Amino acid sequence: MNCAEVAEYINTKEYQELNFKRETLVINPPKACQPLGAIFCASGFEGTLPFVHGSQGCVAYFRNNLSRHFREPFSAVSTSMTEDAAVFGGMNNLIEGLQNGFTLYKPKMIAISTSCMAEVIGDDLNSFVIKARELGTIPKDFPIPFAHTPSFVGSHINGYDNMLKAIIAHLTQGKKEKKNGKINIIPGFDPHVANIREIKRMLNLMGVEYIILSDSSDVLDSPQNGNFEMYPGGTKLEDTADSINGVATIGLQKFSTMQTIKLIQESFGHEGLSIYPPLGIKATDGFLMKIKRLTGRSIPEELERERGRAVDTATDAHQYIHGKRFAVFGDPDEVFGIVNFLLEMGGEPVHILTATGTKQFGDEIKVLLDSSPYGKQANLYIGKDLWHLRSLLMTEPVDMLIGDSHGKWAARDAGIPLVRIGYPIFDRVNLHRYPTIGYQGVINLITWIANTFIDEVDRKSDDAHFELLR
Amino acid sequence: MRQIAIYGKGGIGKSTTTQNTVAAIAEMGKKVMIVGCDPKADSTRLILHSKAQTTVMDLAREKGTVEDLELKDVLLTGYSGIKCSESGGPEPGVGCAGRGVITAINFLEENGAYTKDLDFVFYDVLGDVVCGGFAMPIREGKAQEIYIVTSGEMMAMYAANNIAKGILKYAHSGGVRLGGLICNSRQVDREYELIDALAKRLGTKLIHFIPRDNVVQRAELRRMTVIEYSKEHPQADEYRKLAKTIVDNKDMVVPTPITMDELKALLMEYGFLEKESDMIGVAEAAQAV
Repeated sequence: MNCAEVAEYINTKEYQELNFKRETLVINPPKACQPLGAIFCASGFEGTLPFVHGSQGCVAYFRNNLSRHFREPFSAVSTSMTEDAAVFGGMNNLIEGLQNGFTLYKPKMIAISTSCMAEVIGDDLNSFVIKARELGTIPKDFPIPFAHTPSFVGSHINGYDNMLKAIIAHLTQGKKEKKNGKINIIPGFDPHVANIREIKRMLNLMGVEYIILSDSSDVLDSPQNGNFEMYPGGTKLEDTADSINGVATIGLQKFSTMQTIKLIQESFGHEGLSIYPPLGIKATDGFLMKIKRLTGRSIPEELERERGRAVDTATDAHQYIHGKRFAVFGDPDEVFGIVNFLLEMGGEPVHILTATGTKQFGDEIKVLLDSSPYGKQANLYIGKDLWHLRSLLMTEPVDMLIGDSHGKWAARDAGIPLVRIGYPIFDRVNLHRYPTIGYQGVINLITWIANTFIDEVDRKSDDAHFELLR
Repeated sequence: MRQIAIYGKGGIGKSTTTQNTVAAIAEMGKKVMIVGCDPKADSTRLILHSKAQTTVMDLAREKGTVEDLELKDVLLTGYSGIKCSESGGPEPGVGCAGRGVITAINFLEENGAYTKDLDFVFYDVLGDVVCGGFAMPIREGKAQEIYIVTSGEMMAMYAANNIAKGILKYAHSGGVRLGGLICNSRQVDREYELIDALAKRLGTKLIHFIPRDNVVQRAELRRMTVIEYSKEHPQADEYRKLAKTIVDNKDMVVPTPITMDELKALLMEYGFLEKESDMIGVAEAAQAV
């Protein structure tokens, strides 16, 4: 076969079948590794230095990756393990790293996660940290939560979960006092940091007091005023400690908060809930009603009016989305939310693909799809990659792809637009500054999706059909 | 729940001793789980009467990921209700057996193998403390008690001393302690005295001396412990005594490992080494470990 024939062949059904039989090779899996999620989580705490025990290159990559998405500096350090540390264990690197990090960057907390190297040789963070304290490298009461985050297990969402669990367990120890009347909110691995601001705004409108556990909004969306701040925001450590006295905890992503919610259910003595992100009108309603039930606060008129505007937006733009076919890929929680939103709009998710995702996720999204006439055509692909997705787009075409920037090649080959939601977004600006959740999120999603379709129509129209009205 | 790790040089009889002792503890009506931490996966065969148990790593290899495993496939119940699991590991010459142990123990923890009704968990751990993975059973929150199986042979004693060094490292940061030495007799001259002396040097006790008896071999060929195969045999009572000693043992110490010179002096004292040149073999073998 020559090049042209190969290019043709990889678009066929026959090739797709071979592609899906692929066992020993993964091509462009839409996921990142555990420590990336862990340091993202750690960055959302006040004065916290994300610290990776492992090799330097991994951390350089995470910093680079996060900086490209948020277009903000991302500070994180590594213990720079090299060959001798692999042979003799990384204890000396860790202790020296703690000393340097503590002295140079003056953090209020150091949150340790690990890269593959430390995990393969089985370095025991607990004993190393105790040793560092014994040696006086780090003051005895200085908080150093740590999480084992092997990159070869799970993905960035598990790293986020493991790190958060470690931080919360560490800071809340022995802090149980009387209830503070606050709700704890865990955003999960959410690359749209504006979502955190949106949650806070809605809770403020309801007059609910809250603690956001890992609030990266001011860290990864900080003002440009000419001054570099190493730690520009984040959840206060004392608030984190106080979270144990809250009235309830809600994880706004089910799969990136599972272990943490489990810890909270077991040790906080209050209700811990994991829900899918409040994407779409129904899901936002559900979230607000939960807050109402847990706090006894009513939903203010302002939010009701906002809901009305979102419904109006949906009605105005309905014709552009209804009946359109979509492919959606990304992290399980985000995919679930987007599919939920699309069904609400009468959009038809056809290919739903995740690299990670458990059987539970599969079962739950099937229930969601079965609940709507627009979910009937959907096929679910768990544990697949973007090369699988490309085959699907070629043999069973759709109108639009929704996912992160890595989907742009498949979308281009299929000749369809890509609406960018998720992590990472390297090739568009400012999207992380717009919420995707809440009623405001509904308005944004509809705007992006509908206008993208309309842009496509304009671009593809010949002169006779190039209209003012769309 | 008491968690106990059994360490010792390869081939010393750790797995046999562990399974016989566990069988005797189960006989007392206690609930026990054995976690085999050895790629050879022979830590549970006498309890399960099987050639070899399907290990966590075998299944992970087959399914491609540990996440798809189910606890019931790797946690089996054998003689006297003893729960059995084997970490398993890679084929010789490839991969990382230590990581296999970490993965397997994490899997058991996350999937609820450590139930509240268990009185004892025994870890049967390969050879020496060779890497971070093989120290996994003695990390924080796991085994707090260690017993070292040894014999009067030089290399077994050398290994016992090395393991004591490993324990010392972990004793600083966690609560792990040495419960004592178990001598699995090789019928070496003055073996009892020698190991008793070694135990004292390490700051611990020789908690039991298991005499050599062919019934162990006969039982093993039938994939059984002596406790099950020949209940009335005096050897079964030896394991029962050991079991009782472990159950009642309150004497946990931070070991005081000795230097190579001190070990050499000990061997000379008990007449194993007469002159300096005899030591060369030991030193060479020690280098190889």
